Amino acid sequence: MNNNLQKQLLKRSKAAKLERLGKTVSFLALMLITLTVFAIIIFVASKGLSTFFTNHVNWIDFLTGKNWNPNVTNAKGQPEVGALPMISGSFVVTILSALLATPFAIGTAIFMNEISPHRGAKLLQPVIELLVGIPSVVYGFIGLTVVVPAVRSVFGGSGFGILAGTFVLFVMILPTVTSMSVDALRSVPRYYREAALALGATQWQTIYKVVLRAATPGMLTAIVFGMARAFGEALAVQMVIGNAALMPTSLVSPASTLTSVLTTGIGNTVMGSLQNNALWSLALVLLVMSLIFNLVIRMIGRKGAMSK
Amino acid sequence: MLINPSSPHSDDGWLARNIVDPSLKISEPIVLETKQLHVYYGDNEAIHEADLKFLEHQISALIGPSGSGKSTFLRSLNRMNDGVARVTGEILYRGVDVNRSEIDVYEMRRRIGMVFQRPNPFPKSIYDNITFALKRRGITDKQTLDEAVETSLKQAALWDEVKDQLKKSALALSGGQQQRLCIARALAVKPDILLLDEPASALDPVSTSKLEETLLQLKNDYTIIIVTHNMQQAARISDYTAFFNMGWALEYDETSQIFTSPQVQLTNNYVAGDFG
Repeated sequence: MNNNLQKQLLKRSKAAKLERLGKTVSFLALMLITLTVFAIIIFVASKGLSTFFTNHVNWIDFLTGKNWNPNVTNAKGQPEVGALPMISGSFVVTILSALLATPFAIGTAIFMNEISPHRGAKLLQPVIELLVGIPSVVYGFIGLTVVVPAVRSVFGGSGFGILAGTFVLFVMILPTVTSMSVDALRSVPRYYREAALALGATQWQTIYKVVLRAATPGMLTAIVFGMARAFGEALAVQMVIGNAALMPTSLVSPASTLTSVLTTGIGNTVMGSLQNNALWSLALVLLVMSLIFNLVIRMIGRKGAMSK
Repeated sequence: MLINPSSPHSDDGWLARNIVDPSLKISEPIVLETKQLHVYYGDNEAIHEADLKFLEHQISALIGPSGSGKSTFLRSLNRMNDGVARVTGEILYRGVDVNRSEIDVYEMRRRIGMVFQRPNPFPKSIYDNITFALKRRGITDKQTLDEAVETSLKQAALWDEVKDQLKKSALALSGGQQQRLCIARALAVKPDILLLDEPASALDPVSTSKLEETLLQLKNDYTIIIVTHNMQQAARISDYTAFFNMGWALEYDETSQIFTSPQVQLTNNYVAGDFG
């Protein structure tokens, strides 16, 4: 009897085997993704760093140099690979488009979630989801045929430049920032609103003084997410920004971003050459920046969790 | 006692002759009165014709099983059901019907404050929680605000525990302290009536008895209407008790009457613990 029980308990049942299989499969999936991410980071880093180690470019010159012309060597006998024009171009379009998108996104989110939840859910939600789904080449094409001429006639210049890029990115990140802001507002517990209303606060006072304050970490995350998207967007920006690797001096003169130089240049260089390595260095800067955006998002999230 | 004559239980025969207006028995003025109050969620009628009177500086308890409509009734009194449910009938606050669209609900809610089931302090400091409503009303004088904080915290019996840490986050307080903070916050605007929706249901027994002591103190200055699912609590602190069942206010009388010799069989079953 006892022996029989022992046998039954020691024998591996079908359920236990399935359990083990499931654990193994999900662990392998996780490993594959982790390995891929690490492989990408290592590959980009090794390529990007070879500019400095193989071609002996000074990394400070790379980050602060204002001339980008990898085919030409300068007076010091070093190739002209100053990435500052692209780095600043990327930052300027990112920050400007986020500044432009944030008030619209917060306003839309407040309308959708606080003022008219029913109409918001019915009307705006599908619109926003549609906007997310439009491919970036379409945005770029519209930018090229509508935004660039409009900028040209209103602000002068060729129309190509940071301003056109900002407008295109604004439309592209607006849905992301809006839908994440809606999520942030939605996650504010109903009892905060009730508490404020029961104290005689008006709806606007409740939104402004309680709901928005409680949703601030989520809102910041939404904005940083939008910035990360703007920073990494390549195609649409490349189509409207003019692609001149010059320090941006005005919003309507042609400029370039890290991504636009990468997309235009990477097909025209030979693997292993300095020109190619320099582009990889730009990619490395992009990668590092997106890691920093990620870190910022995590830090905001953690801070938000602590204050709750 | 007041027994709802139109409730489905009123055909018990012995009821009709017992309908007495509670205000006739005592001297306190009526602060709040509902007449023909109905509450609908969509097509579903959650409160069927509630006619209740609440007396000044008394604690009135609303008891009844889950889903009996006692919370819905309470939340209708200061229009917290606006946009959630449809409320018809009159809610007379010192003679003025506040269940009208012309009424300034913000001003009305200052006079009829509310404390909720779950402690819900804002994620701000203790001080900012209490001054929130005052600041929204445009009061910025530091001395006035300081005084309001001290007075209302003392009224809510929380002052001694938090007076040295007013700048601390309210969320760092214990559940019982948070609930008393919510009471202090409601008192800061000097309301006339305090509505409490199961304020002790999330608290441990020690915090609960502290809260009850506080309420008994507050009774001297405020009219209190409290929803509770805890019958002992109703018996301990309230002067009047209304029994709700399935959306009907079935019986309303002095608490001692309700608990010792209720007139409606269902009330008797409920306070005896037979259901609910």
